[in-house]
Amino acid sequence: MSQLADLVSSAKSQLDAHTVETVQWHFHESTGSPFWLEKAKSYNFDPLKEVKCFDDLKKFPHFEDEWLRGGPISRWIPKGLAGKPAYVFETGGTTGVPKSRMVIEDHWIDYENFSDTLPDEYFPRGSNWLMLGPSGPRRLRLAVEHLAQYRGGICFCVDLDPRWVVKLLKKGKIKEAEDYKDHVIDQAITILSANHDIKCAFMTPKLLEALAMRLLDDGSSIAETGIKGIFAGGTEFTPQWYRTCREELLGPDVYITPTYGNTLMGLACGKPFDPADNYKITYYAPQPRAVIETVEFSDYNQVVGYGKTGRVKLYTMTKELFIPGFMERDEGEREMPHGKYPWDGISGTRPFHEYAKTTTVGVY
Amino acid sequence: MFDIPILRFGQTYESMEKQPVVHFDTGETIAQLHQATGAMVKLDLKKSQKSRDALRSIPIRKLIEICKSAARMYLEDALPCGNGSLTPEEFCRVQSATTGLPEHMCATNMRKNAFVLGHMDDVLDALTRGLPFDILSKGYGKEARGVMVSYQATTPVFGMVLPNNSPGVHTLWLPAIPMQIGLCIKPGSQEFWTPYRITEAFFKAGLPREAISVYPGGHDVGGAVMTDCQRAMIFGGQTTVDQHAGNPRISVHGPGFSKIILGDDVVDRWEDYLDLMVDSVFANSGRSCINASGVWASRHTREIADALAQRLGPIAPLPPSDPKSPLAAFTTPGVAEAMNAQIDEGCQADGVTEVTAKYRNGDRLEKRERCDYLRPTVIHCTGPDVPLANTEYMFPFVSVVECPQNKMLSQIKQTLVCTALTDDSKFKQQLLDATQIDRLNIGPVRTMQLNWLQPHEGNIVDFLFRARAFQDTPPEAH
Repeated sequence: MSQLADLVSSAKSQLDAHTVETVQWHFHESTGSPFWLEKAKSYNFDPLKEVKCFDDLKKFPHFEDEWLRGGPISRWIPKGLAGKPAYVFETGGTTGVPKSRMVIEDHWIDYENFSDTLPDEYFPRGSNWLMLGPSGPRRLRLAVEHLAQYRGGICFCVDLDPRWVVKLLKKGKIKEAEDYKDHVIDQAITILSANHDIKCAFMTPKLLEALAMRLLDDGSSIAETGIKGIFAGGTEFTPQWYRTCREELLGPDVYITPTYGNTLMGLACGKPFDPADNYKITYYAPQPRAVIETVEFSDYNQVVGYGKTGRVKLYTMTKELFIPGFMERDEGEREMPHGKYPWDGISGTRPFHEYAKTTTVGVY
Repeated sequence: MFDIPILRFGQTYESMEKQPVVHFDTGETIAQLHQATGAMVKLDLKKSQKSRDALRSIPIRKLIEICKSAARMYLEDALPCGNGSLTPEEFCRVQSATTGLPEHMCATNMRKNAFVLGHMDDVLDALTRGLPFDILSKGYGKEARGVMVSYQATTPVFGMVLPNNSPGVHTLWLPAIPMQIGLCIKPGSQEFWTPYRITEAFFKAGLPREAISVYPGGHDVGGAVMTDCQRAMIFGGQTTVDQHAGNPRISVHGPGFSKIILGDDVVDRWEDYLDLMVDSVFANSGRSCINASGVWASRHTREIADALAQRLGPIAPLPPSDPKSPLAAFTTPGVAEAMNAQIDEGCQADGVTEVTAKYRNGDRLEKRERCDYLRPTVIHCTGPDVPLANTEYMFPFVSVVECPQNKMLSQIKQTLVCTALTDDSKFKQQLLDATQIDRLNIGPVRTMQLNWLQPHEGNIVDFLFRARAFQDTPPEAH
């Protein structure tokens, strides 16, 4: 058996064990959340007895994202974690009631794990960070701030309300949306020019682009601000954009790594840059805490073949949250395991084609 | 299959993502179009001055000669197209295959574009009102009457977000090149053929490659062109028009709502103008904003509608290669169906009657496996306020509207081309004063019979150059 096959096999065993442990936690009367304990009453199987590996999660009906809308939010808190300070993070919410996720420490754990994947050369420990992305009821701001602190730095942030930008765009107020973006970039420039020793940053692709353009207009560059490493995510990140970034926007001295994630899953890492990949971006979920499958459009329990296109199906299995198969609003191609991440990955993530026509994407 | 790269200052750039372009009828992939990004466009626009510098190194008279040579090459030569090349006949075939426009109409539009290119000296002379060309290059100079004038370029490159509906629209931006303004083009996803072919003709004729950039791509590319070019033109629907209204950086081209108006003095002789009306509605498969979508008269409107319907109603689709093919296909799924439903709904209203139905031997909407057709439709409206009285669709569609002459100008709203058939001097003056009309024809001129020596939706010279004061000596004491 090859070394990679060994790693894959080991990761699979770990995932199976983690799955069983997570299901036991969420469905046990003494530790489970009110939501899952109630839900289990409607099942024709006993999760405590009949989930013995990851594949057994297919016994659960598909998770409906509508369940995440509205309260009481406390129904999601496992009894085993009762009494701990809790956060609520939201996703969507341009119109109507947003989807919410209760979090206690997951965002810290996710980003601590992510920290281990960052190269110290470009994300020097002890240096300060700039967080240029959505704030408000989203976990990103607090998560990035924790990442900075975890690595011994301080995080500088700006305000950004993506729901307002979506409203402007839906009303065709392009100029106002551009003005708002300029307002955000103004704040970033001010922070970067204030001698705060910022060397690392999180930015959404659109804001990174806007910041880099502004700096070019001013005769400067991202590199000249002192930033060495950027992790970017939050909106679509295409291979061409990645290439333009590396070849033209950032230059050779600034490292950029794509990420894919959301409030429910945490953060999937990009496969390390390899010229042989020709800028193909492949993401790997933070297994075993979260799993991404690429599944058939016609059968969400059937994984597609390697290299084939399917919809993104997400599993979250932490002590705080259990989601046995959530259909994401994205699609992509299934990718082979990698030495650093010995489980399936996904490339070419983009809005699910059935939603793409009606969704306003990439607003911040 | 044609592999068509991005052109960045004339240099080919192969993108990571490529968009397949398919034959509207067979589904065969004809080309793959490389896809630019907004970031790429924005980065290049920071260096756009080099386009203008390259063009300014060539005298305008020489650029006009290049235009004339390019016109001939565009019309007659085999020219590169991505990784292949196309003769004029092949060009019409592939253009038809992706746009749904019949091949003979593609050829007509080629001739239209070539005409403007080939007569660029006359066009520029007319649009600049006889200005010595070196004033545009130098920025100032004296007119023949000895008056100092100054024209300052408002932008080094002219940005454009081009449409798919009709290849004739490219005539509008061609004068930019001899005025030494570079081009930053986002071509249509189906009708990218003409911008590429004209560009290749320009290059073959000796234009510096830095002068033209072509960025096929998605909405972010269009957005970058619109926000980062100091002057840009865009084509779109009424929403696009409303979005950019009043923005001095943007020349927006939307629906034309072009009309034919019959004055009370000639309306009793309406039959004399039937050919003019039919042609104005029907030419180019009714795809252009300069096609008539309204015929307004105070009386005889039912007879006019019926006569138009008799001529237009029986017209049915033919294969696009047929030299008599009269109708363009709708290649975007759902578009024809949506228009058809809107028309059907409008026809439910009081005062609205479809007149073509009885002459059509079939439904208005013809659905095919991969495309749809809408057959010509004539609507009679009893007044200007009923639904469909002031509507435009991208096929031969016309509303014949009954309206007293003294109410017409207050009711016609924005009108790109108005052909007024009247000898009534008072009415003619009112028409001349009507600011909602862009191009005014008084007399028997078909709405799509454009004279290229006239400005269209604003003068491109005024858009790309700013007249301003310039003095190099003190004025006379006063």
